[in-house]
Amino acid sequence: MLELKGISTGYGQAQVLREVSLDVQAGEIHCLLGRNGAGKTTTMKAIAGVLPLWSGEIVLDGEGIGALPAHKVGRTGVGYIPQGRRLFGELTVAQNLEIGLMTRRSGPAVRERVLDLFPRLRERLTQRAQTLSGGEQQMLATARALCVEPKVLLLDEPTEGLQPSMIDAIREVIVRLRSEGVAILLVEQRVDAVLNVADRVTFLENGHARETWAAEDLRGQHVVIDRYLGV
Amino acid sequence: MLASLEGAVTAAVLALTAVGLSLVFGIMRVVNVAHGEFFMLGAVLAWWVSSWFGGHVAIGFVAALVIAPMLVGAVAALADVTILKRIDYDPERTIVVTIGLLYVIQQVVLMTYGPEARPVEPPFNTRLALPWFEWGENGLQLYWPWGLSTTSYKLFVIAAAAVVLEAVWLLMRHTKMGLVMRATQLDGEMAQVFGIPVERVYAFTFGLGAGLAALGAVLIVPIQQAHYLMGGDPLLLSFIVVIIGGLGSLPGTVVAALLIGMSDGIISVFFSPTLAKILATLLVALVLVFRPQGLFGTRTA
Repeated sequence: MLELKGISTGYGQAQVLREVSLDVQAGEIHCLLGRNGAGKTTTMKAIAGVLPLWSGEIVLDGEGIGALPAHKVGRTGVGYIPQGRRLFGELTVAQNLEIGLMTRRSGPAVRERVLDLFPRLRERLTQRAQTLSGGEQQMLATARALCVEPKVLLLDEPTEGLQPSMIDAIREVIVRLRSEGVAILLVEQRVDAVLNVADRVTFLENGHARETWAAEDLRGQHVVIDRYLGV
Repeated sequence: MLASLEGAVTAAVLALTAVGLSLVFGIMRVVNVAHGEFFMLGAVLAWWVSSWFGGHVAIGFVAALVIAPMLVGAVAALADVTILKRIDYDPERTIVVTIGLLYVIQQVVLMTYGPEARPVEPPFNTRLALPWFEWGENGLQLYWPWGLSTTSYKLFVIAAAAVVLEAVWLLMRHTKMGLVMRATQLDGEMAQVFGIPVERVYAFTFGLGAGLAALGAVLIVPIQQAHYLMGGDPLLLSFIVVIIGGLGSLPGTVVAALLIGMSDGIISVFFSPTLAKILATLLVALVLVFRPQGLFGTRTA
């Protein structure tokens, strides 16, 4: 579904990603693990198109999207839930969703389906996004990305700073999207949480994609996990 | 009374100009030093358009009211795409570039239009006498002293500015375009992720801002005449207004325009225009010291 072919990129002069290759299948949760600064968020930004590629190609459904300008990437069906949520804080919940819907000119049916996934948002449609609780903001960020009707969903640390009940709610939605055939690329810090939901795991180190494991083979392999995450 | 009406005319035109500057700064974070030249360009084009159209003066004026702001907006959008976009909207370089733009526009107008100040005839200009109240022998009396008057055109300027400002407000709050512009303002990168062509939004915003300044200029030109150096004052006053009102806040900008415009009108009539400018500048200093985000600003930029 989504394939990265040796992509390199960075900020200004500083190179962050060095020929990273990986793929995410439809109906799969593929998780990126690595220490701070390994290039996890940078990979997400590169796919979303906000960081131009230096080299390499990104293929979605057989179509190259690596060279598209940022505002056209979303229209191909890439939903991005960034780290720190980055809602349009002064706009209302309904307006945030509307911007999501405008991306691919999705109709009201999509909006209804998204609101059915997050009933709490329906109660708060006229509230400004920045006045929501952390968990509700994460719900809104997810809902906004789902308004794109994504083929690929990029989730950057969705459970950061949330209470356990919210984490469960978010995970439930992610698993449900997988069963609907969405390809999901997930960045997550907590290894135990990852091993419970992920299908495959790729370890990033210093901008290189080192190894890819099936999640079930990785259980109990503390040596491998410590090599890439241990301090 | 007369002073406050004169002030209201100044305030109306100033509000249009300053809202244009505020939109551009709020959404694009560009300090547009050439804003006053777009104002001047509007006035000069108004003269050209209205003298091009023969017939009744009203036809020429209405044509100018439509054509001049659109032309100026197009010039500004072109400047955005060809210059500002190329330097990546870098804050320092945009200031230098817009200073350059200021001189380019000014000198081109001087070379083509010339150094003269030219008036545009107002479409209607009935003299309206204003009543004055005085305690006389029979109690409260109304009379119409000679010299105390305004014109129907000045009232029209105030009304037209109010209508346009209302339209801008509606555009920003209740249309898809406004939603897209506000999303771009809040987080340009995320706006792009959700399919918003930020570059086009910027070009439109820059054009809209310049167009509003030009519209203000078309309205004032039957009162003030068009001249190639007329852009300085509106630029200074717009900056004052935008700083006092809070950068990027539309209601704040309008309130500050009223405050500055009215006080400018009143003080200019009773004392001197220089004193009015001194007080306005002093007010800016006080606002910056005690409330750096402006009267209506929500947070520091």
